[in-house]
Order: sequence, then structure tokens, then C-alpha cells
Amino acid sequence: MTNQEIRGFIQNAISENHVMLFMKGTPDEPRCGFSARTAAALNALGAQYAALDILPDPRIKQELVAVSGWPTSPQLFVDGKLVGGCDIVMEMYESGELAEALGVAQPDEEDTPAPPAADAPESAPLGIENRLA
Amino acid sequence: MPTTEELRQRIEAGLPGSSAQVHDLTGGGDHFRAEVVSDRFAGLSRIDQHKLVYDVFGDEVGGPIHALSIKTSTPEGVR
Repeated sequence: MTNQEIRGFIQNAISENHVMLFMKGTPDEPRCGFSARTAAALNALGAQYAALDILPDPRIKQELVAVSGWPTSPQLFVDGKLVGGCDIVMEMYESGELAEALGVAQPDEEDTPAPPAADAPESAPLGIENRLA
Repeated sequence: MPTTEELRQRIEAGLPGSSAQVHDLTGGGDHFRAEVVSDRFAGLSRIDQHKLVYDVFGDEVGGPIHALSIKTSTPEGVR
């Protein structure tokens, strides 16, 4: 697979998925604490999202950074637009802005786990075939 | 290996008028947390605020600086 094809795949994933998460590892088996927390925030809101593991080929990260202009992972896109990485997603989760951006209901105050733990995904994310492996 | 003091100085030099606090999250010299206050963040989205901080370090973020966690705010706390 050429770099151009990888970039095209990434651009398609961003444009075709309402909520698209690029992360290290998978939501079930995150390979980085920041990725784990970001996926956990989405899971805590019961959001449906697609996730792509950037680790199988270093060129995935390289092309993702070129597409988004953002140097670190994870990266969350909503409606084709970069929302942020772990810090921004966690701030938005706690303020309720994340639920709003995703179009889901913010859990009741007492049910809202203050920053969600990085384990126990509550909803299965939409699988996106990792064809870059 | 960058030190917290070096990162703090570079952020404040790269964003004149800003004030930064930098912590080493793991003690390993590659996972940092920066809390940056600058009036240049006013009116910018969080993404653009964080990009201003990342831009200070360019390619080093994701390289020697494996992870840089950022919290930005404006002096008045206004966005």
C-alpha cells in the first residue's frame, strides 16, 4: 500500500464516519493510556463510533498527522472535523460539550463517572476493518 | 532529554506574554503536562489554542517529547 493510498483511506474514514477515533490499539485493547481514556469517554456516553488502530504501520500516524496537522494521538473527528486529542476530549466530556457535539444525552450528574476509567467499555464501537495492517 | 524548566522557558519564549507550568508526568523525561495561560488564546477554539503550544516544539512532539498534555486558559478565564 502506498502512502497516498493510506492517506486516502484515512480521509475516507474521516468523511464517512460521523464519529471517528484514531488511537493506539483498539477500544477493547488500548495500547496507550491517552487512547484508553479517550475511548472510555466515548463509551461512557454510549456513543457509536468507528476506531482505527494507528500502530500496525508507522505510515498511518505519519499520514494522519499530515491530514490533520495535529502531532499526537489519539485524534477524534466528528462530522469530518478534528475535535481534539485526549485532553480536549476529557475537558469536553466533563463540561457536557462532548455529548452535545456527538448528539447524545449527557448522563445524569450522579451517573456521570468523573473522568471515566479506561476499562469496561459499555457499548461496542462500530468495527472498522483495519485494512492497513 | 528535555527538562520541565526548559519546556517552560521555551513555551513562554514562543508565546510572548504567556505563563506556563510544566510537570513531568512519569519522571521519565518524555511525558509532560503543560498548563499555559495566555491572552493569545482568547477567541480561539481549543484545537487552535493547543496547536499554538504544539507549534513551539514542532516535530519534537511525538518524537523526543513523546507526549505533551496541554491545558490552556486565558488570564481572565474567558475563551
